[in-house]
Amino acid sequence: MILDPSSSSAARFSDVFTALMVFAGAIVLLVLGLVVVYCTRYRAGSGADRSGRLVHVGKLEALAIGAMAVTFGALFVWAAKLYFDNATPPADARTIYIVARQWMWKVEHPGGRREINELHIPIGEPVRLVMISQDVIHSFFIPRFRLKQDVLPTRYTTLWFVAYEPGEFHLFCSQYCGADHSQMRGTVVAMEPAEFQRWLGPSPMVPAPVPGTPGTPQGGLAAGGRSVFFALGCNACHVPGASVRAPRLDGIWDRPIALRNGQTVTGDEQYIRESILDPNAKISAGYTPPSLMPTYRGTVTPEQITQLIEFIKSLRDGWPPGLSPVQHPSQTGEKP
Amino acid sequence: MADALLAPQFEDRAQQHESAALGMWVFLTSEVMLFGGLFTAYTIYRTLYPHDFAAASPRLYESIGATNTAILIVSSLTMALAVRAAPTGARRATTLWLSLTVLLGLAFLGFKALEYGLDYTEHLVPAVNFIPPPGADPGPAELFMVFYFIMTGLHAVHVTCGIAMIAGLAAASARRRPIERLANTIEMTGLYWHLVDMIWIFLFPLLYLVK
Amino acid sequence: MTTLPAAVRQESYLAEGRTIRSWLLSVDHKRIAILYLVAITGLFVIGGFAAMLIRVHLLTPQGALVSKEEYNRLFTLHGTTMVWFFLIPSIPTVLGNFLLPLMVGARDLAFPRLNLASWYVFVAGGCVAMAAMFAGGVDTGWTFYTPYSTRFASPAVVLLLLGIFIAGFSSIFTGLNFIVTTHTMRVPGLTWLRLPLFVWSLYATSLVLVLATPVLAIVLVLLGVERLWGVGIFDPALGGDPVLFQHLFWFYSHPAVYIMILPGMGVVSEIIPCFARRPIFGYRFVAMSSLAIAVLSFLVWGHHMFVSGQSIYASMAFSILSFLVAVPSAIKVFNWTFTLRKGTIRLRTPMLYALGFVGLFTIGGLTGLFVASLPVDVHVHDTYFIIAHFHYIMVGGAVMAYLGGMHFWWPKISGRMYPEGWGVFSAVLMFIGFNLTFFPQFILGYEGMPRRYATYPAEFQVLNVLSTAGASILGVAYVAPLVYFLWSLRSPPTAAPNPWGARGLEWQTTSPPPPENFVAPPIVADTPYDYDHPAPEDPTHG
Repeated sequence: MILDPSSSSAARFSDVFTALMVFAGAIVLLVLGLVVVYCTRYRAGSGADRSGRLVHVGKLEALAIGAMAVTFGALFVWAAKLYFDNATPPADARTIYIVARQWMWKVEHPGGRREINELHIPIGEPVRLVMISQDVIHSFFIPRFRLKQDVLPTRYTTLWFVAYEPGEFHLFCSQYCGADHSQMRGTVVAMEPAEFQRWLGPSPMVPAPVPGTPGTPQGGLAAGGRSVFFALGCNACHVPGASVRAPRLDGIWDRPIALRNGQTVTGDEQYIRESILDPNAKISAGYTPPSLMPTYRGTVTPEQITQLIEFIKSLRDGWPPGLSPVQHPSQTGEKP
Repeated sequence: MADALLAPQFEDRAQQHESAALGMWVFLTSEVMLFGGLFTAYTIYRTLYPHDFAAASPRLYESIGATNTAILIVSSLTMALAVRAAPTGARRATTLWLSLTVLLGLAFLGFKALEYGLDYTEHLVPAVNFIPPPGADPGPAELFMVFYFIMTGLHAVHVTCGIAMIAGLAAASARRRPIERLANTIEMTGLYWHLVDMIWIFLFPLLYLVK
Repeated sequence: MTTLPAAVRQESYLAEGRTIRSWLLSVDHKRIAILYLVAITGLFVIGGFAAMLIRVHLLTPQGALVSKEEYNRLFTLHGTTMVWFFLIPSIPTVLGNFLLPLMVGARDLAFPRLNLASWYVFVAGGCVAMAAMFAGGVDTGWTFYTPYSTRFASPAVVLLLLGIFIAGFSSIFTGLNFIVTTHTMRVPGLTWLRLPLFVWSLYATSLVLVLATPVLAIVLVLLGVERLWGVGIFDPALGGDPVLFQHLFWFYSHPAVYIMILPGMGVVSEIIPCFARRPIFGYRFVAMSSLAIAVLSFLVWGHHMFVSGQSIYASMAFSILSFLVAVPSAIKVFNWTFTLRKGTIRLRTPMLYALGFVGLFTIGGLTGLFVASLPVDVHVHDTYFIIAHFHYIMVGGAVMAYLGGMHFWWPKISGRMYPEGWGVFSAVLMFIGFNLTFFPQFILGYEGMPRRYATYPAEFQVLNVLSTAGASILGVAYVAPLVYFLWSLRSPPTAAPNPWGARGLEWQTTSPPPPENFVAPPIVADTPYDYDHPAPEDPTHG
């Protein structure tokens, strides 16, 4: 049970851990062995030969330092390379949003299914978690996957993995977060893909009015994001043809965005969230600070931000023709 | 036989002087780390919110800050003159330079108090009556003022300690205590005073001249 | 003290005066060391008692003893007390204070009054901190992570921050005093490369104390300001960055780990040559490795933050530096081990503690490689694996060395011998109890039990019960020395000046030493490890 890798991350953990165990075990045995042997052989009153003591130690020490530096360096390079190579999730990873708060884990699937203190995932498929906290720092920890990431109130942190086998695994909060820290536990349910699809339920697409343009999942986060978009008045500036000039939101998802200071950022969750909460942080090329947009810090909830992100994601290939600045929010069929 | 100016743990005066000087330098290093931590935190936030910090800084009284900079630089000079005068036995000169240093230090604190008062009337005091400058995010703009008050406040505490020590030395010098006994202490206090001056010279552009 | 014979009463520092006042106003470093000994022993008892309650509570998955809130206060009390009020001051302020002037052949530290002042500052800080935790109840853990500590914890946290802030001055004063004393107070002939390794380790420790503690001070000020006035220095809702707090906190607190262990390494470097009757193997390497550790300790703080969301490049840099800091530590272990080779080894109590230190520190240090390596740390971070790792360093290392040193120098400090049989008994018991307490925690952490959990899933119970069983043995092993040290004070101070046949300058004066330390100036012949040539008073050579 202990060493079986039940996820992609567990596999790379296990190799390094085993190697370190062998190395550390050998050193401990060597040191303790020498101590025991010396203390026995050279105990006071023993007749052991004490001539031929080492005097010139410089070379020996240098050798030991060099050997250790090489060994440690090799261990580092190997472990760091494994870590580095797996830092970036595959492009096709399934995104699931996690919102942590004292003392529960809230999970949102893009299709709209929500759960609390449970996380259902399909096996054999890369899953990417986008996580944020509503209050203090938490840490998302699945021991069986050998995986952990702090969940911050300031920005998104992410984790990704491929689960290898179905089953139910512990989910712990591992960063102390207050009175019920030890109760902030949940279960990760890894399922066969087909079963997972059944669990997730159907997510029918609302067909776009014009064929060839993207539709919006009904009841999903993107649809919710569309309501939020109108409720917060984002549509006053951020739709084509609005009277106020504002950076466009369509076609920015996962694409490079030029900034005023000459840098480029990628249109990802982090960027969208930051721009909503701190509009002056990254000014798009062609605009001058201060931004005309007010900060939405304190007025928008973490859930609404994830909905807006999914909404902007759905605009990756352009605005659905049904959305124009003159439309009233009630036409979307949802209340904020 | 016993040297009245020699503490019992030392063998000779050279050792005593060397110990005192080294002790003061170690202490000053520690002080540098104290302000260093603060400068680091400030610099990180300034890099994070350049726009809001630039919007918040001009509301400080640059003229008062500049005046205070001049005052402290002059006070370092008078302190240096006191340090030079003391070992020569020039009692009156020593007393005079020390007293001048105290007066300049008090002037610094006076201007600082005046500035804090103005900051209050202009609604610049975080947690009390802070109003953010137009166009700036309130959080980061307030953060700037928080750092302003902590950094200048901590510096003012150091100035106050310095004034107290130098005033004590001036009084001792005026009361005709043996000047040789004082010379060492004056030299060490001088080191401390120069550091307090140096810290201000870093604080002034960091806080007042943000563009 | 009333049983002292008249002759000793005139000579020993213990007989300088017998009133409470003569102790509380003494600037004699030896008396101040005793004052510290009393203070930190009291604080160790408080912290240890909290640990005992924690272990009893964890006997059952639902928690056997206290509520979750009380549990959170208990581990805060345990961590804060042990880190700031026991481990950091223990060896420097007790053994260091007592021995540093003796070892360099001086009459006192360079600044005796500052030394006394730092004791008062320490006690004041300790009182404020204890008041905060007992009266107010603080449940932040010793790490004070924001925004929990500034937005959710009880207001008493400010008082606790103040207590630690005050105690920090004591650290800085002590470090300053030690640095200056090492530089300027050495007796003629005592060159840097003839300094005892304990002095080298104190010197390295002092550098860290003086450079790192002010950073902690300023972090505590920022935290207190945020908590008191609700301004957002680290509060994300007001534009602050809670991860910046972690950077600043660990910039102090990782070097603080070396503040705790370096002096212990120094103690062991004194004990092993003496009881192996061999010069320390590779003196220069052991001495310089202390300095190397002190320097590197400032560059590895980010390894506490591999899962905090810091950049992957920062994590990789901190990872390699953390591997590197293991090199000087390993050099010490190899040198201690080789010192035993071809020696004449006597397994007296101090030696048992020192060898226990070598074994436990080796395990603690090697598990440090696990947590320095990125993919492994991602799993074990904030689990009981970490708890076990740093307890192997702090308790198996620092506390073992402290007790070993107390036994080694007890004749010098008190003029009495401790009972050897009881000493061996408690040393062996401690080694067994320690491993039984903390080895199961490695497995617990590997299996995923997070730290600071008041309740836990049932499958972790067996190992938790095992750990608590070990803790009860460990508790007995700690009480024993306390009892027999005190008991030994009943008999008159008849210990020989140099009962171990050791070569340090501290053994050239009487036990206990006179107030001025040396009646005749001590003679420096060679390094303090010249065990190849028998000294006249050496009991092991004819």
